[in-house]
Amino acid sequence: MANTDATTLDEGPDLLIPGMGEEGEKLVVQQAETQPAEDEETKFGTSRADRKTSFDLADFPVLTGEEEDWRFTPLHRLANLHLPEGDDNLLTGAAPAVTVTDQDGVSIETVGRDDQRLGSFMVPDDRTSAVAWNSFSEATVVTIADNVNIEEPVKISVEGNSTDPAAQHIHVAIGANSKVNLVVNQTGKAVVSQNMEFAIGEGATANVTSIQAWDDETVHVGSQQASLGKDSTFKHVVITYGGSLVRLTPITRFAGEGATTNMYGLYFADAGQHMEHRIFIDHSTNNCTSDALYKGALQGKGARSVWVGDVLIRGNTSGTNSFEKNENLLLSEGAQADSIPNLEIETGIIDSGGHASSVGRFDEQQLFYLMARGIPEPLARKLIVRGFLNEIIQKIGIEDVEAAVTEVMEEEIADLEL
Amino acid sequence: MSTLEIKDLHVSIETDQGDKEILKGVSLTIKSGETHALMGPNGSGKSTLAQAIAGHPSYTVTSGEILLDGEDVLEMEVDERAQAGLFLAMQYPVEVPGVSMSNFLRTAKTALDGEAPAIRTWTKDVRTAMDNLEMETAFATRNVNEGFSGGEKKRAEILQLELFKPKFAILDETDSGLDIDALRVVSAGVNRAQENNDMGSMLITHYTRILRYIKPDFVHVFVDGKIVDSGDEELADRLEDEGYVNYEKTEAPA
Repeated sequence: MANTDATTLDEGPDLLIPGMGEEGEKLVVQQAETQPAEDEETKFGTSRADRKTSFDLADFPVLTGEEEDWRFTPLHRLANLHLPEGDDNLLTGAAPAVTVTDQDGVSIETVGRDDQRLGSFMVPDDRTSAVAWNSFSEATVVTIADNVNIEEPVKISVEGNSTDPAAQHIHVAIGANSKVNLVVNQTGKAVVSQNMEFAIGEGATANVTSIQAWDDETVHVGSQQASLGKDSTFKHVVITYGGSLVRLTPITRFAGEGATTNMYGLYFADAGQHMEHRIFIDHSTNNCTSDALYKGALQGKGARSVWVGDVLIRGNTSGTNSFEKNENLLLSEGAQADSIPNLEIETGIIDSGGHASSVGRFDEQQLFYLMARGIPEPLARKLIVRGFLNEIIQKIGIEDVEAAVTEVMEEEIADLEL
Repeated sequence: MSTLEIKDLHVSIETDQGDKEILKGVSLTIKSGETHALMGPNGSGKSTLAQAIAGHPSYTVTSGEILLDGEDVLEMEVDERAQAGLFLAMQYPVEVPGVSMSNFLRTAKTALDGEAPAIRTWTKDVRTAMDNLEMETAFATRNVNEGFSGGEKKRAEILQLELFKPKFAILDETDSGLDIDALRVVSAGVNRAQENNDMGSMLITHYTRILRYIKPDFVHVFVDGKIVDSGDEELADRLEDEGYVNYEKTEAPA
């Protein structure tokens, strides 16, 4: 069992707030006085706080593969979604078709790129996201009214039908104090760079599941950015099992105090699939809570996963609770999982914070326990994998979606050569 | 009537300093319905004996035999030993995340019996066994041993003992970590399994406390990898007064 983990404790002088008298801040002051001033060059790029965000494509140079956030991605498999030849040829393919279930309290619009709501809650933070922003022609806007409790899950179907490189923008706004379950189901063949923004109103509860069930040839890079209003709750569950290459960057930002985010994910990578998930939780305001758990299973030659969990607890905040964990189960030879949790704490006055990460094979103790109860080895192994995956599936909280995902995972593990 | 025979068993584990012999010739015969208490100090190898009988891969049998009704247990895989009627109630039951107790119990019962239990009687059996062990019904929906307290883990082991009906049970420090009420409940479960199924058992313990609830037919003193003395219940009382120190002295290398 190999464990990887990393923690960054960044206590640069810029976070000191004059006049702050709380114990935690004083502690930081004392440490900072004894530290040499941080070199500007080494600081840049080491903290997630310094990552560039911009609508301007020119702010994101053509990728070399050396960039910190692209170093694990096989650029040659991006099917030109990153515009390797320069910024002139934007993506012009037909975006996957979006259909949304028609329900009371839910409005669905197709709007032009000049619509003021678009980009009001997200800013691209990498080249492919900026490419998508500058390329899309029409966007889908889904709006949930204020103060409604939508019982039936709202289902957004994203269905690809072409491998011409395309851009897509989807904007979802959840009204204040509303409650909604939302499922994004992505299927078909596509080469797409996609931006999704989720604006969560004050006091709202949004439960979003995004399922990447693409066909084998699909290449999908996507940014899913959420902005959480005061006292809102946002659950984001990612399920990725289809596609040649999927690279998702789910981001939660806190626009108001007292909000909670739960970011969960499950990926099952078969031979040749590259599945990359980079989450970012930006604790920029007080009394917010985040819990992240991603689990991955990999089988087959060349099955590849990357998980990066950036959690930033900014220096001007207090009362933060944050925990992130990533676990990977390698089911066969030739699979590779990278797991990098980055917890940056810029303040001494958090309530709790932590991270954990593992990449491993079967737990021999679990196997022994089940076999010692008479369960034959192949079945015991399946039970363990099923249990491992179940922990995330149980988080979806929508019965028929859980059942459908369970069925897919049963098919995945049915072919396991254990 | 079944018999579990352990004959001159030697067991080693791998360490950084090479193989280390833990069991140095253990011989013991247990018949159906008998309770054998195995008592000894920490590190004497009692748990190694339990794990070796169950077939834990970390323990290598270098010589000797284990026979269940004449069948060679050492030739069997871990699951085959359980199917043959051996049950190890573990000192540290393992958590299996995402697998519910009810799913686990039914899967194991199906594997042990070679056919799925009839739903109606099985559900009733599980509920009765849980009631007897004073376990809440919500327990069945929880994941195997996950987040269980020490006492809950031991109850869950005995729940399995009652439902799986093995011929022989090895109870590895089932009493450790139990308060007096839990000890009483768990002991009653072991006694029921013994009465209902004519189960034979090997009860591994440091303390005589559990022997107030589960009456042993034989008491064995286990020191430095082997049985150094055997007797009846009175031997346990003597150990309670005198400890193992006399045995350890006589076992010191000449």
